[in-house]
Amino acid sequence: MAKTRTLQKKNFMDIFSGKQILIPIVALVLLAVFNLIADPSFYKITLDVNSAGNHVLSGYLITILDYGSELAILAIGMTLVTAASGGQDISVGAGIAIAGSVILRVLCGTNSRPDHLQAPIIVAFLVSCVVAMLFGAFNGILVAGFKIQPMVATLILYTAGRSIAAWINNNELPVISDPSFGYFGGFIPGIPIPTPFFIAVACMIVMGLVMKFTSLGLYTQAVGINESSSRLNGLNPAFIKFLSFVILGLCVAVAALIKVSRISTINYSVIAKDIEMDAILAVALGGNSLSGGKFNLPASILGAYVIQFLTTTLYKFNVKSEAISAYKAIVVIILVVISAPVVREKFASFSQKMKVRNAKEVG
Amino acid sequence: MKKRILAMLTATMMVLGLAACGATDTKDGAGDTSAAGSSSSGDLIKVGIINNDPNESGYRTANDKDMKNMFTKENGYDASFAYSLKNDEQITAAQKFIQDGVDYLLLSAADTSGWDSVLKDAQDAGTQVILFDRVIDADESLYAASIVSDMDKEGQTACDWLKAQNLDEYNIIHIQGVMGSAAQKGRSGALTDTAAAEGWNIVNEQTAEWNAEKAQQIVQSVIDSGEKFNVIYAENDDMAKGAVAALDKANISHGVGKDVVVMGFDCNKWALQELLDQNWNYDGQCNPFQASYIADVIQKLQNNEEITEKTIIMDEKGFDATTITEDDVNKYGI
Repeated sequence: MAKTRTLQKKNFMDIFSGKQILIPIVALVLLAVFNLIADPSFYKITLDVNSAGNHVLSGYLITILDYGSELAILAIGMTLVTAASGGQDISVGAGIAIAGSVILRVLCGTNSRPDHLQAPIIVAFLVSCVVAMLFGAFNGILVAGFKIQPMVATLILYTAGRSIAAWINNNELPVISDPSFGYFGGFIPGIPIPTPFFIAVACMIVMGLVMKFTSLGLYTQAVGINESSSRLNGLNPAFIKFLSFVILGLCVAVAALIKVSRISTINYSVIAKDIEMDAILAVALGGNSLSGGKFNLPASILGAYVIQFLTTTLYKFNVKSEAISAYKAIVVIILVVISAPVVREKFASFSQKMKVRNAKEVG
Repeated sequence: MKKRILAMLTATMMVLGLAACGATDTKDGAGDTSAAGSSSSGDLIKVGIINNDPNESGYRTANDKDMKNMFTKENGYDASFAYSLKNDEQITAAQKFIQDGVDYLLLSAADTSGWDSVLKDAQDAGTQVILFDRVIDADESLYAASIVSDMDKEGQTACDWLKAQNLDEYNIIHIQGVMGSAAQKGRSGALTDTAAAEGWNIVNEQTAEWNAEKAQQIVQSVIDSGEKFNVIYAENDDMAKGAVAALDKANISHGVGKDVVVMGFDCNKWALQELLDQNWNYDGQCNPFQASYIADVIQKLQNNEEITEKTIIMDEKGFDATTITEDDVNKYGI
């Protein structure tokens, strides 16, 4: 009896030291159980008809999949940046403002309220991808080439980005009336699941394939764990770091498309505000070390959806939206404390003691 | 050692960079004012205008444009402009203007406090101060006039309109701006009071911090919960737009004669267009066109007339989707 109990305890300890993906899963289960007890109607999903006459699914769970998707996409890029450079990019919110502004600029041309689109949406999206990757490259050069702390390097765009975004559109606020532009942040006619989720899944598949068929993942870890030894092994750490920022730029462009599509317009000062903090939190919640090295993409993505789960839960219980960041802060505190070396050592020595005691009991 | 040198180099470069930024900023300001000083001729009235950054919002852009159109050489003014969202930079600019001997200092302060000593300097130098858009915590004797919006009245006008709609029941989603801002206080206060007096039901009251996406999520959350509502009272146009995006997703009709009444504030041009298309029901104005009021005050002061009312409250309209015209959209849209 005593043996099984200690075994269970040991497994519980292993959650935090062993399998990484268990951290977001535990958080998810905690939230899910809380909602189940507090109000089971949280899980109700209904099939309704929306204003365009299409059947769409609705309910809290669908809302989570819908709104968590941008964050999941950003979490992919942020995980790579974190792993390679051991720091975080805090300019993704500003980057989304820039990329979104570019999309609208291409679609609208010089008229801020066009009756029909001036360019195909795919062209606008590709242009914004290029622009966002260039800004990513800018951050990458500062970090990889000039060896500036990632947070300091990206602080430049963090401060200037939203002004640049406003400048791209001559400080006007374009509004797009074409309904097909709304598909990316809403529903494609005939498909009852929100499009952002599909976009996020597409990003995950692409990234999964890249990880499987190239050595990017391995190289990134190697650079993050020990830069000089990876150089000695023939890798180019500067290029890997640079690449991770460019990939994050691409993720930013995709997230920007969803964001501007949701409301068919943009507000430079508030679009995707503070999303960088959520993206970093997703990486942390995924159990990744924020100082670089080993990483786990599925865990980060799950972390992103857990954050949205938390946000949606708080909205459901009418928590004041300015207080929501305080709840997120609590999650951060718990995570940071758990992952602190001191606490990990304690955990390790504790489980060691249990083992010893266990052995004595058996003996 | 190498690393340390590198770090020090970066640090010094950054400091230099910052200093350079600061220097160019002040130089810009100085450039403006000195240019004004050299070009001033005897007849022109010299005004120094301190405003917030025009990029801040559509309101501010319209406000700045209005100022620039009014205070031109053709209208008999020699105007210099300084922009900042920071109080200390604004104060520095004000001191420069006073040293340059402007006749009038027009001020939209970033922060309410810290202006006393500058305003005293202005008084000593014989510069008249006119406040616009924002009030400050200073003695009334220190400025000639202040031209402001009455946010309480804006909210009250909107609530009176809502009352006049005589809906069978009132189930309101109240989407607030950044808590504590003047616009939020005025617009929320009116609704809270009227709702209490009339027995209206506030289904949900949340701040979306002027953010359309947040408003969308808040309304989405109410829709998911299945609670009934038939009014959306959003404290600016962006948030109303976000709310409407959520309604569209869930096939809840909105606008004139539809299920949900949509109310916004600020009168952006696109928002008034929504009114014209009958998609929204009401939009309350927050008047950014203060220049004509300021010009009136300046003319009075020039003719040595008495300013009877120090605080001048601007006319602000509320637009109803059933009565709005194309002309209104073009004239009042910002």
